[in-house]
This record gives sequence, C-alpha cells and structure tokens, in this order.
Amino acid sequence: MKWSAIPYLSFRALHRNAMRTVLTALGIIIGVGAVITMVGLGQGASHEIEEQVNRLGQNVVLVFPGERQLGGVSIGGGEANTLTIEDALAIRDEIPEVVAASPEVRSQRVIVYGNRNWATRVYGQSADYLQIRQWPMESGRMFDEDDVAQAALVAVIGQTLVDELFEGSDPIGETVRVRGLPLEVIGVLAPKGMSLMGSVQDDIVLVPYTTGFQRISGRSHAMVINVQVFDQASMDVARLKIEDLLRERHRLAPYQDNDFTIQTQEEVAAAATETSRVMTFLLASIAGISLFVGGIGIMNVMLVSVTERTREVGLRLAVGARAPDVLLQFLIEAVILCLLGGLGGILLGLAATEVIARYAGWPALFSAEAMFIAVTVSAAVGLFFGFYPAWKASRLDPIVALRRE
Amino acid sequence: MAHAVATREVHREAQAQPVVELRGITRVYDTGRVAVKALRGVDLTVEDGEFLAIMGPSGSGKSTLMNMLGCLDRPTAGSYVLNGEDVATLGPRELARIRNRTLGFVFQAFHLLPRTSAQENVELPLLYHDDGLSWKEIHRRAREALEAVGLGDRIDHTPNELSGGQKQRVAIARALVTRPRVLLADEPTGNLDSRTTLEIIDILQKLNREGLTILMVTHEPEIARFARRIVTMRDGLIASDRPSPGLSATEALAEWRDELDVHEDLTHDAPAEVQG
Ligand SMILES: Nc1ncnc2c1ncn2[C@@H]1O[C@H](COP(=O)(O)OP(=O)(O)OP(=O)(O)O)[C@@H](O)[C@H]1O
Ligand SMILES: [Mg+2]
Repeated sequence: MKWSAIPYLSFRALHRNAMRTVLTALGIIIGVGAVITMVGLGQGASHEIEEQVNRLGQNVVLVFPGERQLGGVSIGGGEANTLTIEDALAIRDEIPEVVAASPEVRSQRVIVYGNRNWATRVYGQSADYLQIRQWPMESGRMFDEDDVAQAALVAVIGQTLVDELFEGSDPIGETVRVRGLPLEVIGVLAPKGMSLMGSVQDDIVLVPYTTGFQRISGRSHAMVINVQVFDQASMDVARLKIEDLLRERHRLAPYQDNDFTIQTQEEVAAAATETSRVMTFLLASIAGISLFVGGIGIMNVMLVSVTERTREVGLRLAVGARAPDVLLQFLIEAVILCLLGGLGGILLGLAATEVIARYAGWPALFSAEAMFIAVTVSAAVGLFFGFYPAWKASRLDPIVALRRE
Repeated sequence: MAHAVATREVHREAQAQPVVELRGITRVYDTGRVAVKALRGVDLTVEDGEFLAIMGPSGSGKSTLMNMLGCLDRPTAGSYVLNGEDVATLGPRELARIRNRTLGFVFQAFHLLPRTSAQENVELPLLYHDDGLSWKEIHRRAREALEAVGLGDRIDHTPNELSGGQKQRVAIARALVTRPRVLLADEPTGNLDSRTTLEIIDILQKLNREGLTILMVTHEPEIARFARRIVTMRDGLIASDRPSPGLSATEALAEWRDELDVHEDLTHDAPAEVQG
C-alpha cells in the first residue's frame, strides 16, 4: 500500500471523530501537563533552596531547640522551648569565634496600614541579623542595639510590603499596625533579586527580638539562633564551643543528650535539598499515574472505536487492505492521539507552572528534559495501549464485519 | 475508461479462458452443534463480459457464494479459479491484491465511510494499491470514476448529503476505481426504490457494455431480467441456469418517464412545471 496513505488515513479517522479525539487526548493532556508542572515546581524548589543557601551568608551556624535528626526536616522547628534569649547573648559574648548571634522568632501576622492590610511573616531578630544574612538595606536604617534594649516599636520591611501596603510610595516614618500594636517603619530591605522565590523572601517584616518575642508572637523561647562565625576555619571549633556552652548553661549531665541541635548552613541545605528531591519524585510519580490513567483511557476509547468501526474495517479489508495495514492505521491513530495529547500537555503544563509560579509564589523551572520525556512517554503510551485495539481490528473477519449493522 | 476497455478486449482475444470457474464448491458452517451446509457443490463458469444475475430464496446460499467469489471466504471443498489463478494456492497478501485489483464490491448497505466526501470514499481502494500511484493520479482517477457514474458534481458531498441512489453510485465508483475485471454486487438495489433501481441497473449495463463482468445477487425477477444470464440457487445448489432477455434499463427508464408525464398531465390541468 501507499506509505504516506497510512498516516493520512489515521489523521482522517481522527478528524472524522474530532470530538472524541479531543476528549481522548484530554486524558493525555492532563497527564503530561501534570508531569511537566510537578517536575517544574519540584525542580524549581530544589534550585531555589540552593540559591537560598548561597544567599544565606557565609560561616553561619544554626542552633535549633530540641534534638533533631540529621537529614530530617530542617526548616521550621521550634517545637521545644529550650533556647533562650540569654543563650543567644551568651554565645555571642562568650565565644571569641562568634561574630554575631540572633535569637529568632517567627509569626504569621496581618499588617495594617490605613485601610489596607497584608498577611506576612514577622521576624524578631537582633540588630546584627542583616550582617549574618549579608542582606543590604534599600533605604532607611536597621534597628540598633538601643532599639533592641528598649523593645522599640519599630520595623524594617521587605520590598513586597512596600508594594502591597504602600503601593510603592516611601514608607519610612509611616506607622503600620500589628494586632493593634503601632510600629514605625524605619527601613526597607533591598529586594532579594531576580529569583522566583525572591518575592517570597521579600515578604518579610523584621522587628527587634525584644518586641517580637513578647508583644508580637507571645513566645518566650527562640525558634532558632542564627550564629555567624568569624571565618570558615573556625567553624568546627565554634561549633564545639557552642555545644559546650549550651550544655553547661542547660545544666545537662554527661549522660544526657543535647536538648538542642547545631547545624551548619550546608547541612541544613543538604537536608532541604534531599527533601525537595523526594518531593519532586513523589509529585512526578503522582503525575505519572495520571498519565497512565490517560493511557488506559486511550485504550478504552480505541477499543470502543474498533467495535464501532467494525464495518469500516470490514470494508477496508474488502477493498484490498491487508491486516497489517489496518493494524498500522489504528496504531498510528493511537500514537497521534498521544502525541497531540503530549503537545497539548506541554502547553498546559507550561501555562499551569507559570500561573502557579506567579500567583502562588512557588518557584518553578521549565525543564526541556521533562518535556522530552513527557512526549516520548506519551508516544510509548500510545503504542502500548493502542496495540491491543489495533491488533483486534486487524483480526476482524471482513464477512462478519460487513454484515454487522 | 476507453483505454481500459481496449486492453480488456485484447485480453479476451488472447486467453479465451473463463474469468470465474467454480468446481464442486462446498461451504459448511460449523456452528458448534450443527454443521450448516450453505453450499453443497456448486459448479459455475462465468465468461469474460457476462452480466449474471443470481437469484434464489432466502438462505439458499447466494451471499455465501458471493463471499467465496470475492475471496473473502475460503470454500470447505472445491476449486475456484479466478482470472487464471487458483485461489486456494494464494496467501493473504495475494488475496488482498486480488480484492483490490481484480474484484470490485458493491453492497446492499453501501458501506461508505461516514463524514467522508464522495471523492475520498472512492479514493480508498487506491490507497491500498501496490503500484505507488501519486496523490495526483489517485485524485484524478477517483474524479473520473465519479464522473462515470454521473456524480461529477457531487465529489465533495458526504454520504448523509446524498440520496440512497447517489450513495450506491458512489459505492459503484469506488468499486470501479481500481479498474477491476469482475464486479460483485450483493443485492445492490435492495435498499432503493424502483426508479432509483433502474438508474443503478442502467449504470451497471453501461459498464457491462464496456467490458466489465458483473455478478449480481437480486431477489426481484424484474431486476434479473436486465441481466443476460440468470442463475437460480436452491438449498446450496444451482437449480437453474438460463439466458435472459437482457432488457435495456435505458429504455425502461424512458418508458417510466413517459408514464410519469402522462400521470402528471392527468393530475394537473396545467402543463407540468419545470422545477429548478
Ligand atoms: N456465518 C455463518 N454461520 C453459520 N451459518 C451461516 C453463516 N452465514 C450463513 N449461514 C447459513 O448459510 C445459509 C446460506 O446463507 P446466505 O447468507 O448465503 O443466504 P442468502 O441466499 O444470501 O440469503 P438472503 O437472500 O436472505 O440474503 C443459511 O442457512 C445461513 O443461515
Ligand atoms: Mg444474502
């Protein structure tokens, strides 16, 4: 038979049943779209964590309350109340290798300015927190030791708040309210740059930890102590000294385990990256399942289509088609369906990723690799699930097929 | 078409052998409990250029015989020589080629692809052709075949935009497009009214005059009269085989028109209006 005729026949058959074609392809579109979106978001998250780690400043050690498993979930924490503000001050003052230490407390609060409000995270930190994070100011000033000592009602805000509450106008000297507590805006943080996660990091309010602990979060203990060590070479020593100091302060007997955990920035990062990698894998697996379901949908529709088109197959056989011609036509129909679905899925996936990245503030990475895999997989799905119906069609007896009403 | 006819004439002179030769054909359907003997030893010889009508009561084995002739089915016993080839010796590939090249099929139920233009329906057999015809040639041949059945102005119509007679003409064009030697038609006019039936028979007679061998199953004796030979089957055997007057469908159609005119003149006082 004429070679170019087989894809032509397949296309014509799909075209004749345009509605069914679209509905069938929808299963694949959603499957591939889900894979692309999930992999994009997962990879974006991993990438973002790496970026974040690089930006977190150098020679930073984090002290978490409670005993934590290495490689466990390392961001967040604060379940145990074992770290005090005094612990942080002691680390800073009594260990020569330590340059700065900031007891941190976080709380999710609504900030009100005039008739506008915005939900954000309020961080209680020490005056040297920006030094630890190596985070420059955009305008105004950071609160100082005196502000901390007096638990001053001042705040330093991120770029997101400038945009959302002040609509870009100068916020310095304005007063915002948190649960009725007036805070004077004294400074604006420099935007965190171009990364997709940047906007999330810029969605932040810093207040003196004294203000943050008692008056905003209502907590008495630190969720984490951010410690900056003098240089890279001193990291291990500093770490040991912090451990000794805290054990002594917490009056831990030699047989008792630490009631805190010290992690370097790299360790936190490694754990986070691992977590997000697992997440990516899980998300991709779920998406993969939906692709599989889409494939079963194709098989289902192709089987129905073979039954429905029994007379057509009979006629083709009568006018000179051979069984392999019929097999190939149905197989190519399935593959075309899946490829169309794959292309549609890529578009859908890209759109979904873009929307989620923009509106939910999730980071995302478009991965050419994921697209290639998605298309290859959907073609394979077409071949795999299309084969049985195609084989069935090619085995029809033309006499029986033609007699079917 | 003229060219094709010319080569057929040459064929006929060169090899005076029959187109179809059935010897002792039997076909037993094994339906589990009982074996149905649909054909019980049929002998039939059809010469090139014949127009044969096959008649007989329902269940006498006409369709079974047509399936056999069309190489869609194999006999339980007996030999079938088609166009000089012993069909029993051929594999599926050759059988497909024969169905494509040597035979043309016309069915009672038309069997056109839905939502597909007349042109594309007619092109279908050419797509399964082994010669690697160009698309241009395929389109041209399909158009020619449609013109030959008087549907040159309907090539873009889909089946549901065509009347029953027009559908059957598309089906005939599809059977002709590969320039077969034998046309097999199982009750081609079974779904048509008598006027449309005459038109279809008229087309078949025209094709037969151009050299096409036609085997047609029909239930109606009036239709069989247009063939030149009538074979009657009974219980899986050929009961009678006799020549027929081979009336002209063109004349019958003309008579029909005259009668219609008389009828119209009687019913309407005014002369029949010409409708656009
Ligand atoms: N696939 C089959 N399986 C079993 N028996 C069959 C099959 N096809 C036909 N028969 C039997 O073979 C006999 C001949 O059938 P066939 O269809 O050839 O008759 P026919 O002359 O074409 O009848 P009709 O005029 O009604 O079309 C019938 O008894 C029928 O029941
Ligand atoms: Mg029949």
